[in-house]
Amino acid sequence: MNQNKTGDKPLLQVDNVSVRFGGIVALDGVSFDVRRGEVRGLIGPNGAGKSTLFNCLSRLYSCDEGSIHFDGQVLSDQPRHRIAAMGVGRTFQNLALFRTMTVRDNVLVGTHAHHRAGFLRDILRLPAAVRSERAALERAEESIELLGLGPFANTIVADLPFGTQKRVELARALACEPSLLLLDEPACGLNHEELNGLGDLILDIRQRLNLTVLLVEHHMGLVMGVCDRIVALNFGKKIADGTPTEVRQHPEVIRAYLGEEQKEAA
Amino acid sequence: MQNMTTTSTTSSTASSVISAGAATTSRSYLGLAGILVLLALAIALAFMVKGYVLFQATMLLSYAIALVGLNLLTGYNGQISLGHGAFFAIGAYTVGVLMDKASTPYWLAVPVGGIVCLAAGYAFGRPALKLQGLYLALATFALGVVTPQLLKYKHLEHWTGGVGGIVLTKPEAPFGLPLTADQWFYLFTLAVAAVLMWLARNLIDSGTGRAIRAIRDHEMAAESMGVDNRHYKSMTFGISAAFTGIGGGLSALAVQFVSPDSFTMFLSISLLVGVVVGGVGTLWGAAFGAAFIMFVPNMAEKVSKDAAWGVYGVVLILFIFVMPGGVMGLLAKVKSSLARRKDLPV
Repeated sequence: MNQNKTGDKPLLQVDNVSVRFGGIVALDGVSFDVRRGEVRGLIGPNGAGKSTLFNCLSRLYSCDEGSIHFDGQVLSDQPRHRIAAMGVGRTFQNLALFRTMTVRDNVLVGTHAHHRAGFLRDILRLPAAVRSERAALERAEESIELLGLGPFANTIVADLPFGTQKRVELARALACEPSLLLLDEPACGLNHEELNGLGDLILDIRQRLNLTVLLVEHHMGLVMGVCDRIVALNFGKKIADGTPTEVRQHPEVIRAYLGEEQKEAA
Repeated sequence: MQNMTTTSTTSSTASSVISAGAATTSRSYLGLAGILVLLALAIALAFMVKGYVLFQATMLLSYAIALVGLNLLTGYNGQISLGHGAFFAIGAYTVGVLMDKASTPYWLAVPVGGIVCLAAGYAFGRPALKLQGLYLALATFALGVVTPQLLKYKHLEHWTGGVGGIVLTKPEAPFGLPLTADQWFYLFTLAVAAVLMWLARNLIDSGTGRAIRAIRDHEMAAESMGVDNRHYKSMTFGISAAFTGIGGGLSALAVQFVSPDSFTMFLSISLLVGVVVGGVGTLWGAAFGAAFIMFVPNMAEKVSKDAAWGVYGVVLILFIFVMPGGVMGLLAKVKSSLARRKDLPV
């Protein structure tokens, strides 16, 4: 899908983005880029602005200043529902599933960006609607298999354990065949066993699906293990940007995290 | 439980698609057989009863169509309407005015009523997008309150007949079929109901229907998956109004009379009661809901002439206590407990 574009241009470019809520500056002139095929980490203490940035990327918030470019297009002036079709898929920190629907239906909604039938064709079940549904079902089934959700495909999502629900969210995000996958704290709430598999899973789906991943995560072991490059934020500002080793040794990052630990200890 | 490992092979993907497909088809064959039996019984009814009972059956079908419409909006899309009586009225009056003033044949007037309501519903639903939950309920309540008054409005009297309403004639059976007008119109209504049920089922089971349900469950997530919420919500409002309007048009023909007093606020509330009693977010619940709103008030009157609405209220509360998911919810519970009993040895 992206082969026709130049390889060296970053897939995602965040330029000088600022977001303010009333008097609070949530993001203050943040810039960074995400290259094609990399796993990019986004870290920072609570309230650093990670989620705000994520919500700008899926257009839940608008940037007050700056711009976001994705795959040669300006992402920051697109309507919310266009983002998935542009090739950006996401998961949510606190789960945002369709709780009364089955796993399969949840994942099928994930294919909606490719849905071409519309009300008239769907209500009359015209051939185009049947074809569209068959294609959606195939896409969804691939995602379901990829994440090992086959045994739960017909289960109502709300009846599943938290870790499994997180996998459903991932399957749903992958079903739209994104080129950029935004993962918002995928490790949060997982048990030990699930956590161990998560790093491999992220690397594996990147490989298989030719993905670029932007990962927000608190679990440092996971971030350092899977990310090619990491951006660190604190109080809405970028404090470090580089390889895991560089970021881990960066004095600002150490201060941000140790400062927080001292506060927690007190 | 499985680990977070990838277990995909192309062949297993393909086979599970096929098996999922096969399960759906065998289930839908069984469902189809059930529907055909039901349809045959409903057709047979036209020759087993007559007069008032057949009229009641026709009314039940019209209400059921209206309830399917309201359930598309409230049950499947999560938008509450306390004013669907207005669309029932618009459908009824469109049929009335077209037949009275333009001598339009009934079979054309009824779908035109649906289209008028589609436009009216969309026009109301679009600005109502800004309103959520209780605020939307209040806006629709206002619509329900204003409609009967509007129908009495002096400058519309030429078309609507004002307080007096419009008298309609029941259509005779065409092509010299050996059917009474009652029988013919019942069968006509049944055919319309069957087609609309098919359309509603198609819509709900399609990708569009999934988007409609996804909005109900999590609006923001639906939008992040690429669902254009504004479009889907206002279109669902329009389609819902169209169904309800067709139900209204058919009821006008069955009663052979439309007047503002048939479309009071109580009708709007009754429709919502019907949706809840039948089962929110179900299509077949409409039949049970329609039976409730038609027969329970009459039955209550038989129990006690003085406290009929008291009896109605008690019956309604009992229904909600015994069947919190409506009649369809109860049936689903019975079905799943039977299935569990079958599965127990495994």
